[in-house]
Amino acid sequence: MKILYGMQKPDEGTIAVDGEQVSFSSPADAIARGIGMVHQHFMLADNLTVLENVVLGGEKLYGIGSKARKKILEISDAYGLGVRPDALVEDLGVADRQRVEILKVLYRGARTLILDEPTAVLVPQEVDALFDNLRELKAEGLTVIFISHKLGEVLKVADDITVIRRGTTVGTADPKTATTKQLAELMVGSELPTPETRESTVTDVAMLKVQDLRLAATDPDGVVREVLAGIDFTIHKGEVLGIAGVEGNGQTELIEALMGMSLPDGGVITLDGKDISTAPTRKRREGGIGYIPEDRHRHALLLESPLWENRILGHVTEAPNSKRGILDPKAARKDTERIVREYDVRTPGIEVTAASLSGGNQQKLIVGREMSHSPKFLIAAHPTRGVDVGAQAQIWDAIREARREGLAVLLISADLDELIGLSDTLRVIYRGRLVADADPATITPEELGTAMTGAARGHLDATDNPSAAADGDTTEDEAR
Amino acid sequence: MKKFDKDRLLLAAAGPTLALISAFVLTMIVLAASGVDPIDPLRIMIDQAGYEDVQVLIVNQAGIYFLAALAVAIGFRMNLFNIGVDGQYRLAAMISAVVGAKVALTGPLHILLIVLVAMATGAFWAGIAGILKARRGVSEVVSTIMLNAIATSVIAWLLLPKNLGVQPAGSNDLTTGDIPESGWFPALSLPGGDIYGFTFVAFALGVVYWFVLNRTRFGFDLRASGASESAAQASGVEPKKMIMTAMLISGAVAGLTGMPLLLGESHTYNLSFPLGIGFTGITVALLGRNNPVGIFFSAFLLAFIDKSSAGLDQNGYAKEIGTIMQGLIVIAVVVSYELVRRYGIRRQQQKVGEELAAGHALKTDNKEVAA
Repeated sequence: MKILYGMQKPDEGTIAVDGEQVSFSSPADAIARGIGMVHQHFMLADNLTVLENVVLGGEKLYGIGSKARKKILEISDAYGLGVRPDALVEDLGVADRQRVEILKVLYRGARTLILDEPTAVLVPQEVDALFDNLRELKAEGLTVIFISHKLGEVLKVADDITVIRRGTTVGTADPKTATTKQLAELMVGSELPTPETRESTVTDVAMLKVQDLRLAATDPDGVVREVLAGIDFTIHKGEVLGIAGVEGNGQTELIEALMGMSLPDGGVITLDGKDISTAPTRKRREGGIGYIPEDRHRHALLLESPLWENRILGHVTEAPNSKRGILDPKAARKDTERIVREYDVRTPGIEVTAASLSGGNQQKLIVGREMSHSPKFLIAAHPTRGVDVGAQAQIWDAIREARREGLAVLLISADLDELIGLSDTLRVIYRGRLVADADPATITPEELGTAMTGAARGHLDATDNPSAAADGDTTEDEAR
Repeated sequence: MKKFDKDRLLLAAAGPTLALISAFVLTMIVLAASGVDPIDPLRIMIDQAGYEDVQVLIVNQAGIYFLAALAVAIGFRMNLFNIGVDGQYRLAAMISAVVGAKVALTGPLHILLIVLVAMATGAFWAGIAGILKARRGVSEVVSTIMLNAIATSVIAWLLLPKNLGVQPAGSNDLTTGDIPESGWFPALSLPGGDIYGFTFVAFALGVVYWFVLNRTRFGFDLRASGASESAAQASGVEPKKMIMTAMLISGAVAGLTGMPLLLGESHTYNLSFPLGIGFTGITVALLGRNNPVGIFFSAFLLAFIDKSSAGLDQNGYAKEIGTIMQGLIVIAVVVSYELVRRYGIRRQQQKVGEELAAGHALKTDNKEVAA
């Protein structure tokens, strides 16, 4: 993928576009050949308008004025993207931002689109809308490379499927006849791991209790907004509480409040019977909170430090990392080797920097580290985001195993299958409130997706008539 | 694993080497461009270093630079840019000189008191910038530069005879009065002159610096904060407390910078106390990559340029050639270190990829460290 987009040079092999052999030494070359990429993480400037974002770096094409605007509207209409050129990017939802990214690529004259895990951040309804867009593009004669680990989606949207495992093509499939099971077998060489947890291990001993957690924040326009409004929940020993929600509805703030990285305006947090509402982060970690953050590069790793120093991070006061204030690098190194072994972190050694590992292996190291201090309560935010299928299964296994031993887990994820599969209890967060709860045994991703847009409240029951909840409230989210 | 260590060592040496070579080449170009013989001044400087008295001067100056650079390096390790070492050091030297001259104690206690006062003063002055940063988010770069200017004025005012200053008879110098002999630090006498005893304390502090940073929890927290503030915070470091602590320690060490001179030679703070040591300290810390051994060598290098360029005047060259050289070193250091750093990261990622592809990963069934 990086090679196709010119970010990296191949050692061997050739690429042919339209039957013509090409070689790219930079993304600019790839763009010139009509190849465009929509990254998993959006590359947009929040404080600029859609128009400005699209022309940024492509000023020479159609200028920055009315000609560019005309072109944008033209593309938007042609492919049914529905982009408003003058909206500020920061006001757009995730799905809209993605459409801007696609438009940006088309604006530069791309005929081949690479989409990297485009659905990871979307709710099912938005995924459907994206697929409609892609079909439009296809109808206009464009080529789309859709990279995803969600097999159902691949089957739904693709005309041709190629399965890649560890850098080699392991097979191709015809989406008309192939099943998810066959694809999965090609992908991992064995059966697809499912996040399903079978037997319940929930006890009636409360491990984490959150009562009436409140936080208000002032947004850039000076409007005071409730980011967390009266959050109440209890997680028992051996229970996984899943929180579903479109990103930006208070999940990040909730995690930060639980970790003590920011102090909430009000509310009580009790861990294992002890009030930790005002305890500093380090005390909370020592008290048994494990933390797998949503952004591992920002919150869980020192990228330029060796693995064994990363193993110390967050647990510097605990054995085996230090004794009476003095570090014990020898013991820390030894324990890092153990983590690398037990959690199957693929690395040539523990002296390499964290940055040189792949995302999945970084995440396995983090999971291993957090699990090594026998946490009582684990915060797992998007634990398998950007992680390959093999690592995904291992991470799920680790969480499941710890849960069996009485760990309480708060799971926050945008992957609804993961949420439904791993959780014992499901809650939906919307605009800082827990608006709905559901039973993971009966709920479908679609129903959960509806609730995430704020359209459904209360207890979601699969057998209920969902029309009672879907009262046209969905537009509210888009208007945001 | 040896392979990665050797790599890292090579890369660590590559940065300074590249920087120094390019700085010297650039100096020669500057000299040639201004119509001066590009080789002769350098030769004279090297000749100068052969004299014993110049050697003693270099060692004494290196000790002072070493302390200033340590102070800067503590800040650098957590991404704090303490430009105020100069002001902190001068104010600390002046206040401790005043206290030292006013009291009479037995030998070691007297020296200890002066040193402690200096550290406290330096920490106090740096602490102002620390509080401003932690409480109000004021950039420490701005506040420490301003505090340098304020320190200059405060010292000038305090040195007035109507305040704390003393005007020696028959001189227009202003001093803080002489520290009695019990407050002098014993020196190491050599044929070329006296080496300040405090210089050895300075180098010993380098060992303490290494230990605290690399072997203590506090040091780990500090380095983590420097490497990634967000990750450090998530790991349990309180950023505000860390800023304050780092600033206080940095200031305390900055306060020590004046000690070799004050305790070893001048025994008073006067108008001719050197200016700008703190800024040279930044160069030294940069060149030494905030590593005590690196700082040790770069302190000697800068001291050498300083002291041996003084001899250029007598040979018909401008001694500012030394200053030009120092400036060029700073530029070369910043550029070459960044280049080497990026190259190192890219190279390692590539190597890790290769090793994994070759199946050298640490395996579940393989207890030995592979590679």
